[in-house]
Amino acid sequence: MSQDTLFDKVWDLHKVSRLPGGSDQIFIGLHLIHEVTSPQAFGALKDKNLKVKFPDRTVATVDHIVPTDNQSRPFKDNLAEQMIETLEKNCLEHKIRFFNIGSGNQGIVHVVAPELGLTQPGMTIACGDSHTSTHGAFGSIAFGIGTSQVRDVLATQTIAMNKLKVRQIWCDNKLSSGVYAKDLVLNIINELGVKAGVGFAYEFAGPAINALSMEERMTICNMSIEGGARCGYINPDEKTFSYIKNKLCAPKNEHWEKALTWWKSLKSDENSIYDDVIKIDASKIEPTVTWGITPGQSIGINQQIPLLDELSPNDKLVAEEAYEYMSFNPGQSIKNVPVDVCFIGSCTNGRISDLRIAAKVLKDRKVYKNVKAFVVPGSEKVANKAKQEGLDKIFKDSGFQWREPGCSMCLAMNSDKLIGNQVSASSSNRNFKGRQGSPSGRTLLMSPAMVAAAAINGKVSDVREFIN
Amino acid sequence: MKSDFTPPIGKITQIDGQCISLIGNDIDTDRIIPARFLKCVNFDSLGESVFEDDRETLKGKHPFDQEENKNATILIVNSNFGCGSSREHAPQALMRWGIKAIIGESFADIFYSNCIAIGIPCFTLPKKAIEEIQKNEDNKFLFLEIDLKKALAKSKDLNFNLEIKESSRKMFLSGEWDATSTLLENENLIENKFNQLPYITFNTNLV
Repeated sequence: MSQDTLFDKVWDLHKVSRLPGGSDQIFIGLHLIHEVTSPQAFGALKDKNLKVKFPDRTVATVDHIVPTDNQSRPFKDNLAEQMIETLEKNCLEHKIRFFNIGSGNQGIVHVVAPELGLTQPGMTIACGDSHTSTHGAFGSIAFGIGTSQVRDVLATQTIAMNKLKVRQIWCDNKLSSGVYAKDLVLNIINELGVKAGVGFAYEFAGPAINALSMEERMTICNMSIEGGARCGYINPDEKTFSYIKNKLCAPKNEHWEKALTWWKSLKSDENSIYDDVIKIDASKIEPTVTWGITPGQSIGINQQIPLLDELSPNDKLVAEEAYEYMSFNPGQSIKNVPVDVCFIGSCTNGRISDLRIAAKVLKDRKVYKNVKAFVVPGSEKVANKAKQEGLDKIFKDSGFQWREPGCSMCLAMNSDKLIGNQVSASSSNRNFKGRQGSPSGRTLLMSPAMVAAAAINGKVSDVREFIN
Repeated sequence: MKSDFTPPIGKITQIDGQCISLIGNDIDTDRIIPARFLKCVNFDSLGESVFEDDRETLKGKHPFDQEENKNATILIVNSNFGCGSSREHAPQALMRWGIKAIIGESFADIFYSNCIAIGIPCFTLPKKAIEEIQKNEDNKFLFLEIDLKKALAKSKDLNFNLEIKESSRKMFLSGEWDATSTLLENENLIENKFNQLPYITFNTNLV
């Protein structure tokens, strides 16, 4: 059992009681809500005649269903309109702060909370969304919950949960040029498998992690869940603190000093005990692309799709399913696979640094004919910053469509969808069957830089040929 | 979807029913309920859309479309079932289709806690035992009696010792799987915890 890790410390600090069944009752420091997983929770409160216990500890935004082309109200999609209206009504009724479209602070919940300074070290953070693990980049313990647990957090600010084990993923050396946080996390998931994280929190550590910016760290923690871990975190450091400083909701003046003192005390002890430790050599990682139907099915850009014989018995069943669904042959290259749609965005890779990197690749170049390419900034703040820097113009000049912020084609709950068996080069997080809105649509996950390279060539390409 | 659906309530000690097998590892929640069906403000109509795209692809041959499975209540799955999104819509859709318990090689974490929170016990069995159940040619007629007190599943000729997290088993036996009221019993402790947390004092800008 782990001891003296950041996870242990934050868990113990937030433990309210041991419940009769043996699980822990954990206080949730920050609760984030959005329009998809909250309406039934508010409905359940009403049914049980309960109130929101600490309305100040819940913050809302709207992201999953928002259209990215025309956001004027009412939305064209009646169901989407009904969902945003329900969230507006619930927030008003329960006095919950809501960052709506046009507020300047709306966006994907996991992009918005950090950029507002809401996400802070040492907090427990829960949200009805599996990518809540993103916030662990700040040394918070953050995890996704379902709607019944959203109800519990609203009613009690606590949830019942069994303590997770802790696996340290030590990343040695550093990433080479043209290789990004996305490539690192895809490799971690490939190496460990998509279910290795079940029952674990992942602590990402080591020189390669320390070298990452806060936005890159968010990309890593974001995809913990794709490795099966509902929680992933990184010990906070000076980069963490300076990212938070002066953000809208960050502690100010004398409160800042107090916060800083406490945050600096928060990290895994040098001699802390982990349930498991694994090591990854970051210098060996190449730009990485998924070829299958789980985020674990990935290869380096110069590698071939594995043969069935090369896979462990446990991976064969899904590999066979993947060859068939993706119409790929075992042993074929992933490089030069033609793409139909290129999508840059999502809570994994929809931040300003992602847009900057993609724009750098796209500058003075054109999107390949017949490729539909679009960029969806992660938030209104990201969009505004990108416009100030002229990135929107670079994207548009290249042939990318510039859209309004939201989750968009990461999960295709709005009108941004693949058609038929189109192949998408996507900076998002899931390549599940049907994930991007077409039951036969095919998703290749990669870094935003690699999506930009694919857009230019109209096929999967090595971005290093553009930047080196 | 079963027209007589009523959500479970109170203690869950025994689940008897016919098994339905779904073969495959890493079956994610997008497949269980595709995202377009999440555009709803209640869970009521989800049962009919469970596995919608997989069913459409298999044109009637999906286990959830087969006549002999229509009264099944115990779902038999392989490894990492329910991975991906946290959408509770996935177990809600299964439950509204008629599923009352799931036995599998392993479950994704969030899916598992969602099942517990809505009253669907999830049990694990070793790969071999699951495959034995799934390969059973008479599977479509396999009825299991699941006893939560003993964590035992019995059929006419088979007995399985099921694995279930002790905390989950106790919650089902006591009825506390519907956690809100249990959590609320500690209202004073919650207030105390709130007042003790260092960051509450320095986060004056939260709202």
